[in-house]
Amino acid sequence: MSITHDEIKKIALLARIKITEEEADATLKKLSGILNLIEDMKKVDTTNISPMFHAQSVTQRLRDDVVTEINQREKLQKIAPEVSDGLYIVPQVIE
Amino acid sequence: MEDWSIKELSSLLREKKTSSVEITTDYLQHIKKKNPEINAFITVDENRSLAQAKLADQLIQKGEGDVLTGVPIAQKDIFCAEDWLTTCGSKMLYNFVAPYDATVVKKFNEVGAVNLGKTNMDEFAMGSSNETSYFGGVKNPWDLTRVPGGSSGGSAAAIAARMCPGATATDTGGSIRQPASLCGLTGLKPTYGLVSRYGMIAFASSLDQAGPMAKSSEDCAMMMNVMAGFDPKDSTSIDHKKEDYIKNIDQPIEGLKIGLPKEYFAEGLDSNVAKVIESAIDQYKKLGAIIVDVSLPNTNLSIPVYYVLAPAEASSNLSRYDGMRYGHRTSQYDDLIDMYCKTRQEGFGEEVKRRILIGTYVLSAGYYDAYYLKAQQIRHLISEDFKKAFQSCDVIMGPTAPSTAFKANEKTDDPVTMYLQDIYTIATNLAGLPGMSIPAGFVNKLPVGIQIIGNYFDEARMLNVAHQFQKVTDWHKAIPEGALS
Repeated sequence: MSITHDEIKKIALLARIKITEEEADATLKKLSGILNLIEDMKKVDTTNISPMFHAQSVTQRLRDDVVTEINQREKLQKIAPEVSDGLYIVPQVIE
Repeated sequence: MEDWSIKELSSLLREKKTSSVEITTDYLQHIKKKNPEINAFITVDENRSLAQAKLADQLIQKGEGDVLTGVPIAQKDIFCAEDWLTTCGSKMLYNFVAPYDATVVKKFNEVGAVNLGKTNMDEFAMGSSNETSYFGGVKNPWDLTRVPGGSSGGSAAAIAARMCPGATATDTGGSIRQPASLCGLTGLKPTYGLVSRYGMIAFASSLDQAGPMAKSSEDCAMMMNVMAGFDPKDSTSIDHKKEDYIKNIDQPIEGLKIGLPKEYFAEGLDSNVAKVIESAIDQYKKLGAIIVDVSLPNTNLSIPVYYVLAPAEASSNLSRYDGMRYGHRTSQYDDLIDMYCKTRQEGFGEEVKRRILIGTYVLSAGYYDAYYLKAQQIRHLISEDFKKAFQSCDVIMGPTAPSTAFKANEKTDDPVTMYLQDIYTIATNLAGLPGMSIPAGFVNKLPVGIQIIGNYFDEARMLNVAHQFQKVTDWHKAIPEGALS
């Protein structure tokens, strides 16, 4: 399985990670090594084998719809990069 | 510095032969002396630790408190601890002061244990050498030119250099057991779901599990009595009945069936490490254990499967780091997307970015069946291997890691050779089984660990099996040169 320079750049955008041309080339080499390692899976016949999504076959628990958390706006916003009037400040998204 | 065990400290405190303030002060002083060289701690906060110690002493004076009241325990920096800097080894969280306690931290606080500080780790627990930490690599106290293993390398080095008697750790593919092996310690990765993941910064949620690291099995058992337990705040926590991990630790193990998987002794295992493991098995025979040959035929597939599943889950989990509500935010940006992309470019290190990209790739349109689904199917086969093996044995044993501690920078250029460090540990995470590493000997003055893999929820038996070995051997008592001075 080979991966191209353009694919790396596309994946990086999907992952929201800025990547320079040089970084893309360096990453290409290392990712190809890892993808080759992963290719070993192809040799295994997995017809009719069910996927194991979790280590324990338990079902999702449900809980009563009751309030368990108290309002901690000030405390939680104390660690934010930018806050104004109790709101998180982000770049403008709507014109 | 005295070489105290958790058990000894607990007795000394309860007999009022010392105080928590006294012990905590001793450890803090030792950290001050040793940490500049070892770099095992990211954060130490003397005032906070001593305040907890004072409270513990008051409890003990009143005749209240628990077994671990007043005992200092270090916390891996992956656990959120309220008002403590919690970085997960990443620039992304270099300024993140946790607003709440992880359940594991809360449980130690509730029994009155003292938080001695936050230990260094590979960034977001991705690594087997502790070299990916934004806060610098950690040195192995047995040989300062070598790595302590990872990702819980800070916890391991801190205990090995006697900067704390025990520490919390986490294990996604071997991150408790491999550093325990490389630093001559005892470490337990419990059954998936036994210890709460709430407040433990997520890497690969279906594999992550917290556990104790200490010098002996007894000490790990004492920590397990605090750590284990159902938590409604963790959606995959299992409602397993509360056990006392100390109660049966002294039972004889005569007749115990130990399975040796031939795949764990095949090509890739250092021959000197193999000799140490074989002599440890001989010791078990002397204790009355019966050796059974078993096979785990899909062992080699565990690495490719892991490097699909773990990055896939990581790429999803780490998407929360966007520079909006906490953590690093880039200073210059054009618009929202540019802010995300630059924040994540600057905030994540190379290995973390690599794994996010791999995960994004295997989950991207058109590749899901070939990678993610295929890996989950093979995961099933790997889990079936263990099921079959446990039909003929009680525990499985083998090496924890293929070699002793390697030199710093030796494997950083080629991620694949680094990944092979976890060849014997990854499969248990995939199956959700408990695994343990205990000191079994030395090769060229470097510690070697033997791995004990148990069946689901068989931690009490594993700790018993480990303790019986430690009663007749001294490997776990060995101290790195100069660690106490």
